[in-house]
Parts: sequence; C-alpha cells; structure tokens
Amino acid sequence: MEKISLRDVLAKKLVELGGKNEQVVVLDADLATSTKVDEFAKAFPERFFEVGIAEQNMVGMAAGLATLGFIPFTSSFACFTAKRALDQIRITVAQPKLNVKLLGAYTGLFTGKTGKTHQSVQDIAIMRTMPNMRVVAPGDAIEMSSVLEAVIEYVGPVYIRIPRDPISVFLPKDYKFQWGKPITIKEGRDLTLISTGEFTEKAIEVAAELEKEFVHAKVIHLPSLKPIDEDAIAQIALESSCIITIENHNILGGLGGAIAEIVSERSPTLIKRIGIKDVFGESASNEDLLNKYGLSTESIKKTCLDLLNKIKR
Amino acid sequence: MKDLNEVSTKKLYEIANEIRKIALKMIYTAGAGHPGGSLSIAEIIAVLYFREMRIDPKNPKWEERDRLVLSKGHAAPALYAALAMRGFFEEKYLMTFDSIDSILQGHPDMTKTPGVDMSTGSLGQGLSAGIGMALGAKLLNKDFKTYVILGDGECEEGQVWEAAMSASKYKLDNLIAIIDYNNVQLVGNILDVMPLEPFSQKWESFGWNSIIIDGHDVESIIHALELAKKSCGKPTVIIARTIKGKGVSFMEGKYQWHSKAPNSEEFELAMSELESFK
Repeated sequence: MEKISLRDVLAKKLVELGGKNEQVVVLDADLATSTKVDEFAKAFPERFFEVGIAEQNMVGMAAGLATLGFIPFTSSFACFTAKRALDQIRITVAQPKLNVKLLGAYTGLFTGKTGKTHQSVQDIAIMRTMPNMRVVAPGDAIEMSSVLEAVIEYVGPVYIRIPRDPISVFLPKDYKFQWGKPITIKEGRDLTLISTGEFTEKAIEVAAELEKEFVHAKVIHLPSLKPIDEDAIAQIALESSCIITIENHNILGGLGGAIAEIVSERSPTLIKRIGIKDVFGESASNEDLLNKYGLSTESIKKTCLDLLNKIKR
Repeated sequence: MKDLNEVSTKKLYEIANEIRKIALKMIYTAGAGHPGGSLSIAEIIAVLYFREMRIDPKNPKWEERDRLVLSKGHAAPALYAALAMRGFFEEKYLMTFDSIDSILQGHPDMTKTPGVDMSTGSLGQGLSAGIGMALGAKLLNKDFKTYVILGDGECEEGQVWEAAMSASKYKLDNLIAIIDYNNVQLVGNILDVMPLEPFSQKWESFGWNSIIIDGHDVESIIHALELAKKSCGKPTVIIARTIKGKGVSFMEGKYQWHSKAPNSEEFELAMSELESFK
C-alpha cells in the first residue's frame, strides 16, 4: 500500500481551502516547516501569521480573529497545542465556541526521536473533556483531506490530530468523513479491533496476521473521537464477543476510555485497551518504541490471541 | 445613535459614580464578586462607554463597532453597569448577577451578555484576543478600534508579554490597552508580590507608545485616548494610576477588598459615601 504523509495532505489542502475561502487564516508558533503550513504561508502571505514560540498568545489571537468571521487554523505540535495553550483554549475558544481549528501535529510516541517532551499521549483525553470541542484523528491521506473539508464546514472549535510519519492509504478514493461515524474496514466475527488515527494502519496489519491463525477480526476505524455515534458503537459491541481498542495515546481517557464509557453503559462487552500504559515515553526510533511499549504488530496480535483464549476458557 | 462626544466631564463623573453604586449593589446582592477592581475602573469605563466607543446598544453585534475586551474579567460588575446604563440589556437583569441562569456571569461570557466582545476571567488572556481583533480589522480594512482593559497584577502573566511583542510586530495602531494600575492584587500590594516597575519602560521597550495618567481624572483619560487614536504604526498602552476600591473610604487601597462582598452595614456605609458624591 502506498504511504502518504498527512502533513503533506494538510499542506496542499489548506492551500486549496484558502483559495476557495478568504476567511481561512493560519497562525503558527515557529513550527510551520514541520506542520507544513508553510505552503499556506507561501500561497497567502497576507493571511499567514508567524507569532513565534508563543502558543498561548497564538490561540488568543486566533480567538480574536474568529470573532470577526475568520476561520483561523493554529499550527503547533500536539503536545504544545493541547497542554501549553490549554487554558487559552478553554477560556477563549471552547467556552465561547469560537470557530478556531487547532492543529496538533506529531501525535503519540512518533515524534522523530524527540522523546518525552514532544510525545503527545494525553491530547485526546484532554480535548475530549473540553465542552464544545470536536476531536478528530484522521487515519490516512484520503481521510485527512475529507476531514479538513468537514472541519471548515463545521462552525465551531475542532482539535485535529496529525501524525508525523507517512501512513498507508486504506480508505477508498470516494470516502467522505462523517462526524461521529465508525467505519468498518474489515469484517470478522471472532473479535473486534477498534482503532483511531495512525494506528488503524496497525489494526489492519494485526487483523491480517490474525487471519494466518484463522482468527477473523473485525476492524473498525473511529476517526471522530468527539462526537461519537454512541448507537453505532453500542451496536458494534452487541455483535462482538470482545473489543480491543488500539491507539497511539495513553490508555486512560483516549479512544479506549471513550469506547469503554459507551459500551459499559449501553451493551457491556469485554474490552481490552491497547495503548501507552500511563507512562512517559522516551526518544527512540518508532520501531524500538513500538517494541518496548507493547505496541508492535506481533505484541498486539499476542494480546488478541490471549484474550480470545481467556474468553474460551 | 446618539452622539455622546459632547458628554460633559461633570456628567462622566456622575456616570462613574453611578457605575460604582450599581457594581457594589450587584456584589452585595450576589454576596460575591470583586469590589476593589470594579471600583477602580469606573471612570475608565464611563469615558469609554459614554464618550469614546462607537457602539450601538440596539445592535450589539454591529460589525463596525469598537471592541472592548475586559481582560481583568473579575471587574465585570463595572462593565455590566455601563452596558445596562447604555441599554444593551434591561437594568432589571443587573441584580441577577452571579445567580443561576443569569446573563451576567461572575466573569464575562460573550455567549450570554449582549455587548461583551470576549469571554475572559482567567487572567492574562485578553490582550491576545484583542490583538486578533485589531489584526482582523486591518485585514478587513475596517476602522474600528479595539480596547483592552488589563489589571496590573495580571501583567505578571507571561502571555501578556507574548502579546505585547506581537502587537508591535503587526503595527497595531488600532489597538489601545488600558492598564488599571491600582497597585493591589488578591494577596497584597503589587510591590510586595511582584514589582512591575519600570512599567512604562517595559511597554516602550516592547514597541508600544506608553502614556501614564491619573485613571480617575476623566479629562486625562479622554486626552490619553485622543493621543492613542492618533498613533501611527504602533499600539498604545495607557497606564492608568488608580486606587483600588476608589470611592469607598474603607475599601481604598485594601487588598482585603479584592474579592469580598460587603455585609449589610458595610454596604450601607459604602452607599452613603457614594450617595454623597458631588
């Protein structure tokens, strides 16, 4: 499968959207060449604001611009957007429901060997608990493009998770992102894998490996972490012997937490959460991080098989 | 819209006194609020809302209106008093301040109160939002002004200085910051908590025009605003020397009155002092 960087899609799509809509403006906190919003800066220099290493001021400025009808995108890493500027997001963006789009780049453990400071394993949990905020983690290039169209169409604050490294394209070309909707990537009746963002690529790999053991896993991709179509999740749970959630995030409060909240209230089913187990990361290659933190395809496959054996007993 | 440019200074002092009385009554009625910092900005609010600002109370979302961000959101009672007196909402709402379902929240909420241009309350954030508005005005070729009222203690927040840098980078001569320099914050005197001086020089070194005035002198406020509006290529800060709790003798200069509602005796005494204003 072809691998495409979601940052490259962001770069192109923002220029396209900026061309169609003069209200689109971009603010950056000294990371434009990393998030790739520098493409927007080249295309529309008058609508690009480099505010320097000052995320809090950037978010406040975006809020002020939004009150005038602009659609500001703020560019920074996920770790800084969701935490350094958190109170500013709470006070001047989320509560007044202003139309600010918060880009959180370099998600989970994959930050190019920058380690614990730059890894973002709490942003989903933080943003999900913010009233008025929508949270989305696109899974591939096709979805990234569709998500950005939906983000512009929706009037209100959105937090968008953007992974650093290229991802295999798994969605069809005519795919359209819908808020809240889980997407069935593969059918299977033995167990259900639910994943989000860049880790759906991994869930698909795990499912393929499980097939070799004659275990048929259903794969559900859930890009919209808020809102979530609770009826759809409850129905999936009803049809599943067990659920395994897979995310590049802390197992507390993220995708696994969200699924557990819904399923436990609506149709209790055994859930195993796979993700970062409430620890800080470290600087290393993606492969070494996956191996050490129990997130390799092999490790997740083993967790799935162990769970199935446990159920059978 | 009535042209208020000719409102006399005498009238503005009366309005400021009325703002004090209403604010204090709101705080007393609610049994909560911030009297010290509400009383210290009464003249500033009076001049802005009754003379300077281009606003239309019947059309609070008018696109051409001047914007005001009360960054020191805890002084909301003074703002609400002025908004009601200007007719943004009926005066009957004033005494619902801080009660359930009220349009008048303890700290400003732009989604609930007509005439409030930005939600604030967590200190240090309003200037950034004001910069976004001023920058947006430039992009849209609109000539409205953006006013931001900050507290002195709030300038201890780093974000204020991030904002100060960016306002001069973008040459926001349509942005006017007014600092209520009453020398007192929640736990004590500014000088003991975290000295701000040399304050004016700090702003100047960040690329701002800085004007120091007596913040209770209506003519000085008017004059400073006139100067600020004439600025070309630079934002202006008006450092208004004020007295916390101004107008109520036993509250003046006392940090203990930062966020405390008066009891009935204190309220009666305070009101009688304000009633005797001439």
